[in-house]
Amino acid sequence: MTTARLACGFMPLADCAPLVVAHEVGFASSEGLDLTLHRASSWSALRDNLAAGRLAAAHMLAPVPVAASIGIGRVAGRLDALSVLSVNGNVIGVSTELAARLHGHLDDFMAADTVGRRLVSCCRRPLRVGVPFPYSMHVELLTYWLGALGMSAPADLEIQTVPPPRMAGAVGAGEIDMFIVGEPWGSIAVEAGAAELILPGAAIWQFAPEKVLAVRHDWVQAEPEIAARLLRAVWRAGRWAADPANRMTISEILARPQYLDVAADTIDRALAGRLMVNPQGEEREAPRFLEFFDGAATFPWRSQATWIAERLVGRVGIDRGTALARARACFRPELYRAWLASAGADLPGASEKLEGALEEPRYVAAAAGQVCLGPDAFFDRRVFDPAV
Amino acid sequence: MSDASLFPALKIVVVERDRERALMIVDALRDEANHQVSVFGDDTGLARRLAEIDPDVVLIDIEDPNRDVLEALAVASSPMERTVAMFVDRSDDSSAIAAVEAGVSAYVVDGLQKQRIKPILDVAITRFHQFSRLRKELTATKAALAERKTIDRAKGLLMRAKGVPEDEAYALLRKTAMDQGKKIAEVADAIVTAASLLR
Repeated sequence: MTTARLACGFMPLADCAPLVVAHEVGFASSEGLDLTLHRASSWSALRDNLAAGRLAAAHMLAPVPVAASIGIGRVAGRLDALSVLSVNGNVIGVSTELAARLHGHLDDFMAADTVGRRLVSCCRRPLRVGVPFPYSMHVELLTYWLGALGMSAPADLEIQTVPPPRMAGAVGAGEIDMFIVGEPWGSIAVEAGAAELILPGAAIWQFAPEKVLAVRHDWVQAEPEIAARLLRAVWRAGRWAADPANRMTISEILARPQYLDVAADTIDRALAGRLMVNPQGEEREAPRFLEFFDGAATFPWRSQATWIAERLVGRVGIDRGTALARARACFRPELYRAWLASAGADLPGASEKLEGALEEPRYVAAAAGQVCLGPDAFFDRRVFDPAV
Repeated sequence: MSDASLFPALKIVVVERDRERALMIVDALRDEANHQVSVFGDDTGLARRLAEIDPDVVLIDIEDPNRDVLEALAVASSPMERTVAMFVDRSDDSSAIAAVEAGVSAYVVDGLQKQRIKPILDVAITRFHQFSRLRKELTATKAALAERKTIDRAKGLLMRAKGVPEDEAYALLRKTAMDQGKKIAEVADAIVTAASLLR
């Protein structure tokens, strides 16, 4: 096996761990890959560098390949998702001023319904919310949640794009009232005394595909053997990252200047799902706050791509049938099954599932091994059927 | 300048924190034609300030974190707003790849003729290239200077510790580096670090 050099890109977030672990812990080198990891300064730059061929693969927001495939992502060419890098991991925070108005109703950190209703009843309109990128699960979770409670853009909701490292500054300066952002940037806003965390993303949808391993469609066609090695290395890294025994090590690695350049204990809180929610130092548990492996977290379900596409189509108004077909095709479960069988992965038999149907974990039909899914419920208990 | 008589001046915004670099780009753009060029040097209220100017073209470093803010403006599309096309997404155009290579991205209002955008983009690409070369040279020079300083300090430490003259101290550094397969600067750095720990 000749060693292949691959340039990969990531954004400084706790959920870039699988890519960093693949490199630092040696899963890439045992697949004969020499990864060079480039930290990106924006999602746009990461996407453009991937599309232009300067990067072979990237840690990418799950909606970006979907948006690109249906022609609204401003990308030169098609992007594919080889696997899901992480499920969940976002957090919603409010300014200390808004937190004071919500006061006394934030006891249950996982109660999206209660917290949402309280927010709807006492926030000013429009509520100004910072998100990291227009095509992101942040926007989808936010609009799903508040939309179900009767708030919609632009009358009630003003969504602003704010680069994650600026989120603390923006909420502190009163440019926004609320944010939804990936860790550690929510916790950093709390540490800066600028915000309180009111809800983890997992409270809105218990199993939301957050980041994917994105590559160019053409590259997968041209270099299937190298793409397979990359997928296996990253999959093994995800399994390693999900082991609680490795948590401290990952925090220490991610804390380094070339990765997040943020204190290790701040990153550790996100990995542990135990967040400091206010500047007074109170902590809250958030089950399944950030998943790298369990519940077939890395499997790229076509139904996840369909759910995202359905949301995007609703907002931008393009032909639904074509859009959904293209979106389904950019998640690659068939490659995942073919390339991970030799690695001993548990492989679901189906490529689609009902999204939001499982209140409890359940074993499902597997092509290999044992596959246990769920829970994956939405806060409003609606179920998304990709076939409808 | 030939276009100036045929077309009205374009409103161009350059988002650039580095004053020197911003000036380079602005001068070049003004030379190209009689454009109205503004420079935004800090982040606050970028979206609002852009809306006030309502530019035809926005030029920004591809690595600028504010790229994502512009991306969001390009999505906003109420009937009252002018949609924004990002030049880089025109996959048939070789200048798109050239722009990514040079590290510049351009956001262009939809419907602006291609022959009007091209000279602006060409200027931006040239200037961005030029500037990143300058910056690389500067970084390399700084690194070389820092290495020089460390080697001098290590030499001094060896001369004092072993009572040897300068050329012998340097020869010792060089030999150790060769034996260990390291750079002289790395060995020097190790000596300086060790000395500061032992002090």
